Amino acid sequence: MTILDVRNLSVDYETEQGTLRALRDVSFTIEDNKIVGVVGESGCGKSTLISSIINLLANNAVLSSGEIIFQGKDIVRLSEDEMRDILGVGVSIIFQDPMQTHNPVLTVGRQMMDIQYRDKTSKEKKKEAAIDMLRVVGIPDPESRLSQYPHEFSGGMRQRIAIAMALMVKPSLLIADEPTTALDATLEVQIIEKLRELQGKINCSILFISHHLGVIAELCDEVIVMYAGEIVEHGDVRDVFHNARHPYTQALFACDPGRIKEKSKNLPTIKGSIPNLIDLPSGCIFKHRCTQRISVCDTSPAMHRVSEKQQAKCHLLTQGKN
Amino acid sequence: MIMKQNNELQLIIKHFFRNILGVAGFLIVMLMVLSAIFADFIVPYDPIALNIKERLQGPSFSHLLGTDQLGRDIFSRMVMGSRVALQVALPTVFGAVSIGFVLGMIAGFGPKWLDNAIILLLDTLRSFPTVMFALAVVALVGPSLETVIFIIIVTSIPTYGRVVRTQTLSIKSSEFILAEKSMGSSTARILLVHILPNIFGPIAVLSAMEIPTIIGLEAGLSFLGMGVRPPTPSWGSLLNEGYTLIRNTPWLLIAGGVPLIITTLGFTFLGETLRDAVDPKLRKRN
Amino acid sequence: MTALLRVSNAVVRFPVPGGLMQNMLFRKNFIEAVSGVSFSIEEGQTYAIVGESGSGKTTLARAVAGLHHADEGSILYEDVDLVGLAEKQFKKYRRHISMMFQDPVGCLSPRLTIRSIITEPFKIQGIKNKDLDAEAKRLLEMVGLSLDFASRYPHQISGGQARRVGVARALALNPKLIIADEPTAGLDVSIQGELLNLLMSLQDKMGLSMMIITHNLNIVKHISDKMGIMYLGKIVEEGSTEDIFTNPKHPYTRALLSANPEPDPDAVIDRIRLVGEPPSLIQRPSGCEFHTRCPFAKDKCVTTAPQVTTSHANHSYSCHYS
Repeated sequence: MTILDVRNLSVDYETEQGTLRALRDVSFTIEDNKIVGVVGESGCGKSTLISSIINLLANNAVLSSGEIIFQGKDIVRLSEDEMRDILGVGVSIIFQDPMQTHNPVLTVGRQMMDIQYRDKTSKEKKKEAAIDMLRVVGIPDPESRLSQYPHEFSGGMRQRIAIAMALMVKPSLLIADEPTTALDATLEVQIIEKLRELQGKINCSILFISHHLGVIAELCDEVIVMYAGEIVEHGDVRDVFHNARHPYTQALFACDPGRIKEKSKNLPTIKGSIPNLIDLPSGCIFKHRCTQRISVCDTSPAMHRVSEKQQAKCHLLTQGKN
Repeated sequence: MIMKQNNELQLIIKHFFRNILGVAGFLIVMLMVLSAIFADFIVPYDPIALNIKERLQGPSFSHLLGTDQLGRDIFSRMVMGSRVALQVALPTVFGAVSIGFVLGMIAGFGPKWLDNAIILLLDTLRSFPTVMFALAVVALVGPSLETVIFIIIVTSIPTYGRVVRTQTLSIKSSEFILAEKSMGSSTARILLVHILPNIFGPIAVLSAMEIPTIIGLEAGLSFLGMGVRPPTPSWGSLLNEGYTLIRNTPWLLIAGGVPLIITTLGFTFLGETLRDAVDPKLRKRN
Repeated sequence: MTALLRVSNAVVRFPVPGGLMQNMLFRKNFIEAVSGVSFSIEEGQTYAIVGESGSGKTTLARAVAGLHHADEGSILYEDVDLVGLAEKQFKKYRRHISMMFQDPVGCLSPRLTIRSIITEPFKIQGIKNKDLDAEAKRLLEMVGLSLDFASRYPHQISGGQARRVGVARALALNPKLIIADEPTAGLDVSIQGELLNLLMSLQDKMGLSMMIITHNLNIVKHISDKMGIMYLGKIVEEGSTEDIFTNPKHPYTRALLSANPEPDPDAVIDRIRLVGEPPSLIQRPSGCEFHTRCPFAKDKCVTTAPQVTTSHANHSYSCHYS
């Protein structure tokens, strides 16, 4: 079953310099019980994508076209209240910085009880549920720690509490926005492994945003590669990591020093910079930085399905050269 | 030539006059300064000459804003009043801001014990009841314009000192200050080149907005007989007299209040535009 | 080869903030952020300090750069002990030891133009007989920025460009030692390579020595000759980068290396999982300070601190059982 179906989503920002076209014609689906990773560098539209899904777009943003269908309902067309009802029950989010996720003046227990406000159960039941969930995410001695404040926990613990809170509502979709970026490597692995384990238990889908290719490879089932507001490649994580078809994906992977096994004094880079999204170039969005550019790149490529589980947006795929 | 460094001052002036509010503020303040300087030539009547026969008249061609209860020309008193207003407001703001800057930056940047000492001093000054303090000073040295200026400076130092200290503290731990230290920058250089320009903005706005408060304070002190002595015209005294004569004529209140409001707006526009022009982040892109 | 920098038994203490009463009545408590660190950097070599947050690596870097006072030990730069030098005497070494900070934009004075920022070192050191315009031009060209950057302000440039400005400023006075604190923090992978390539090529050209502080193991492998791993303010393992990557001895190093997610979905990682949370510096663990998190800890580790073992090729580590 499809949990989330984003169709032809375009989002613009009205700025002083003109209309910034942050997302253009973004389409993808998230199936039941899948972990979908989104990779891309700064300015690729990751944050705008999340904000669109949870309806927290900035004031100057315009959702100019497209549908976001969550569990069969197009949430773009719903009223604020209806949307809140659907999102509050069905979608949870974990943010990047665990130090700023919690309200500093309320105890962790109080915050974990508050999040269950939709459940019409007794206070004792809610407390039990909170303790259970803290135990699940691996907080030692959860009974006594309920009465502590966020600052009494370390960064890794706080991120685990954030995960616990996100999972309290038993969401069908969990959005994780770079949840391990602020954490050290040893804690990062702990969090990834915990997420993987919990996903199996709770049966939710996860939309996992990261710029860390290693984390995506380890955690995700599918991966979406974004560049300058477009999805350029989408597919099964094995297919994409072993056989990337879009030149940007290939270049991005080539740049990752983690993939370069031999010591090198000259690391690969992607020449040039992201195009100006206010004054979009015609044709393929990546053509200025692409090393495999051909004449047809001056027209926009369409998403091309290269296999059952992989698609990419590049002319080379239809020209039979890649 | 590309490498030519645009003179920072020229840049600030250029950006200042690009802003319509800034130009308005500048014109208002200039108008006020000019009317204060050339008051003697502008006033149609001697502002302190009594003319009991023509007391409490409404506006007419001979008296643009009418006359007060002693038959003095209100317009002349208003124009002359700008002189007192500026004589009090400008030196006090300048004095209080300068001292506040020095104390605030030392407190924010210096060692902890010095910070504590300066905070204690500022809090002590702040806790003075203005009127009691004024009475004491006047009792010692007698009422005069200088006394008013001194009193207001002393009581408004803490406002600036506190703001400057907080701003300094928050900037002092930023990485660019650390970078300066790692290059061997002297404390004076760090304070003047790197901290001062970054805290100038809020202070410019704050001091512009303090100016009407100061003019009002001067009025209050004058009313209590601790400042400018009658019959010297000031906006404060116009307001006071207007208040008692509100049933007879509104023109005294108007003559004291409207210039006060316009001056406030003028200085506020000036302050805000100055802040935007000095901060490269707030400058409007061409 | 001669050592340019030789740090022996350096200790940096910070007072623990306590209440007013405590500060007045009792002696202040101190934590040792850097607790007896020794290492040396040869001319023209790159030394990487690796560790997680709170390991004291940034404090160590700042102590070498003269931003923190070392309470014990010595920091010999060309055989002159920098510890205990008054600011006046230290100033002449500041042009030889140059530091780059973590935040690429935040370390540039926001009210100054790029031209003023990169010529600050000349003004600070009182170098008057230079044409600052020519110097600014030389520096911008050196780091590959076009001349029109000179009149821009820090907020008008990207993170990668700001990083280059930071490099230009650090190299303005031809220093001998560059200390770079997380030089790739906040940069996308495609730009990260550019910056590291730039640093490495400048190092070759100018014969620079570098001290790199980072938690990113992927870049350490490529850019450093030697590395030290810090835990709780101490270097627990040190050796040539190659040695440590191929034959890590200390369990913490092994955990750290194995925690680095591989950008390959099929990678089988034999992970060493750390237990618990990083201990607090206020209450250091007894014996081997790593025993609270070490999966291999035995009784001896709780009671006795290990000696430093030096194997071949100056590879040294502090562990009883490796």
